[in-house]
Amino acid sequence: MGLSTSLPPRYRLPTMSEQLRKFDPAQATAFFAGRGHSGWLGLRYSDHGDDWVELELPWREDLLGEDGQRVLASGPILSLMDMASGMAIWRAMDEFTAIATLDLRVDYVRPAREGASVFGRSQCYRITRSAAFVRGLAHDGDSGDPVAHIQAVFMKIAPTGRL
Amino acid sequence: MTDIPEIEALTPYARSLGIALDRWEDGAPIMAVSFDETVEGRPDHYHGGATGGLLETAGYAALRAELARQERVALLKPINITVQYLAAGKSRTSYALGRITKLGRRSANITVEAWQDDRSRPIATAVMNVLMAEPSA
Repeated sequence: MGLSTSLPPRYRLPTMSEQLRKFDPAQATAFFAGRGHSGWLGLRYSDHGDDWVELELPWREDLLGEDGQRVLASGPILSLMDMASGMAIWRAMDEFTAIATLDLRVDYVRPAREGASVFGRSQCYRITRSAAFVRGLAHDGDSGDPVAHIQAVFMKIAPTGRL
Repeated sequence: MTDIPEIEALTPYARSLGIALDRWEDGAPIMAVSFDETVEGRPDHYHGGATGGLLETAGYAALRAELARQERVALLKPINITVQYLAAGKSRTSYALGRITKLGRRSANITVEAWQDDRSRPIATAVMNVLMAEPSA
């Protein structure tokens, strides 16, 4: 009789947004990389600051590009940077809200070293009411000698019915 | 169209992600990936990185097919890619087709479009520049 209408908060699991409020990149990476595309890539948390996040993409034989060359494909770097950028935006806003990539540019300045993890570091340098702007780099151990540079724009996804 | 034996030239990354040749269209390969966990971002949607990987793979496939037609041999190296995300990728098969805008001696410029059920409503597009290096010995 009305028992199940509304359980008090302590009897239900916190929703994802509750868990992640006061956004913690390490915790969030563990959450996201437990499944889906990020899980398949094996992305790991590396480091973060107030407005930036760095993730690690461990070396994997089955993520190589052209046959006969021992070079990581470019696709995984794009995924790594997309994920690190989303994290940087949530970190800069200090909350988890729905965002979607609008535009992402990657310049591949040199091949990554064989056997090395690639680290993707992205910084959110501007947030407006509707958009978030990021720039970043990927490196394989020395951030002073990047393998790629990126620039991207994400849109905040407005809650239904409101802009 | 001539079936060029270049499909084994799909990168290990592309094979691992589940990308495969869907069909040929006017001599260009349409690549496809079906929706499963390896491409999933937020629940029931494509991860932007997976969509980007499909676009990039279709771009390379178009270039390899054209180089094979011209009997040219080259090592392909990425210079850059710019991806525009136009609509959320839903939980169904995605397709992509690359078009070579310019094929030079050292580099190629390729535009790529990805779509799901309705080809006239692309979910993402990309422009990419690829370096064509001399194969080393």
